[in-house]
Amino acid sequence: MPSTLTNPLALIAELTHRCPLHCVYCSNPLELQSRAEELSTETWSRVFQEASEVGVLQADFTGGEPLARTDILDLVRAARSAGLYVNLITSGLPLDEPKLAALVEAGLDHFQLSFQGAREEIANEISGTRSHEQKLRVLQWLRQHRVAVTLNFVIHRRNIDQLEEMLAIAESSCATRVEFANVQYYGWAFANREHLLPTREQLDQSLALITHEQKRLEGKIRVEYVVPDYYAKYPKPCMGGWARKLMLITPSGEALPCHAAKVIPGLVFENVKDRSVRQIWEHSVAFEKFRGEDWMQEPCKTCDRREQDFGGCRCQALLLTGDAAATDPVCSLAPQRPKVDAILAGINAAPPAQLFVQPPWLYRPNPT
Amino acid sequence: MVPDTNSKPRLAPGCRLGENNQQRVLLMPERALRLLGPSLEIIERCDGQHTIQQIIADLQKIYSKAEPQKVEQDILGYLALLQKERALDFEP
Repeated sequence: MPSTLTNPLALIAELTHRCPLHCVYCSNPLELQSRAEELSTETWSRVFQEASEVGVLQADFTGGEPLARTDILDLVRAARSAGLYVNLITSGLPLDEPKLAALVEAGLDHFQLSFQGAREEIANEISGTRSHEQKLRVLQWLRQHRVAVTLNFVIHRRNIDQLEEMLAIAESSCATRVEFANVQYYGWAFANREHLLPTREQLDQSLALITHEQKRLEGKIRVEYVVPDYYAKYPKPCMGGWARKLMLITPSGEALPCHAAKVIPGLVFENVKDRSVRQIWEHSVAFEKFRGEDWMQEPCKTCDRREQDFGGCRCQALLLTGDAAATDPVCSLAPQRPKVDAILAGINAAPPAQLFVQPPWLYRPNPT
Repeated sequence: MVPDTNSKPRLAPGCRLGENNQQRVLLMPERALRLLGPSLEIIERCDGQHTIQQIIADLQKIYSKAEPQKVEQDILGYLALLQKERALDFEP
């Protein structure tokens, strides 16, 4: 076993790619998997058991819309009885009050409700469907249940000016945590990037507001803010480092080191139908590829920050430079940073009349 | 924010004890805290039954060789940290 090998701590279970929403920044790949390809209840149950045995603490049930799985209650029970902490990341759409009660009864620990905005109009525009009202209903039901509640707001140019209203929704709910995550540019978001990136002025205003609100709400609501890394000085430690902390399983059972890894050409992914979680974690060539530091180029190779950010994001390096082993170009030390600066300059120089009208979105379809 | 020492801390919804590699951990949204010695003894008493004063008295007994003042400060500091993480509710 190589010395760089650590235990995985979380398993991201993409239970399905089916989803009633069509969000323009969906983190699923452009090529969506169909219902016929999805893993069975039994295979998922085995995967949860194996994950727990290699040290995984938390299972993140996501999708698509995880509630689209008709066996969702069995999956929650299976993960919980394997000893995992169960998170559900949901739009709240295919949900009614009895189903929520049954989920909590089955052992759900943490309910993460995604929001597309603070107002009906923008939320529905982004999700390509009427969804906002139902989320507000779900928030009311959640008051009756003993489960942790997080509100997940995905932030971008068209809603970054609504942060105060979003916080007001959170404060009037039973949420103990709010996540404002700026869009990360992969998959559908990469395709819609020109319409999603906020301006520098918007970003600066949002940062000032969040700092103030975090202080005001301390001890009541934990407020987390993920900035768009194109504006950052150093890259994010993507997934806590390639194959260091997390394993993602796609609906059909492929094991990936992150949501977007399939964009990297030449990587071969193992499937949990053929291999155990431990075998994959320890031996998958794709997991080994960017684990540790041996793969790094300059300036990462000799950089003091390489143990903090692990060279940033491999998929972003590929998408922006064509080389998955390059330093993440959002890093101010990266030779290819000018590419990111050019993208930002384009946005920040554009006239407002062009920036703040409803763009021609590319919506994510619902696979069959 | 300093909680009233007559209040009874209780783990917030979605926060519970778990185990990993024979180690007790506090599981909570997007986090897991490793619990060692005194931190485990504090968490086990965050059940909505013990007041903060009672938790302090209990641990001062268990750690009778330590300076009582220091034990109290450490407990209050740890509870404040957990409150910041939103892992505790304080019941009157």
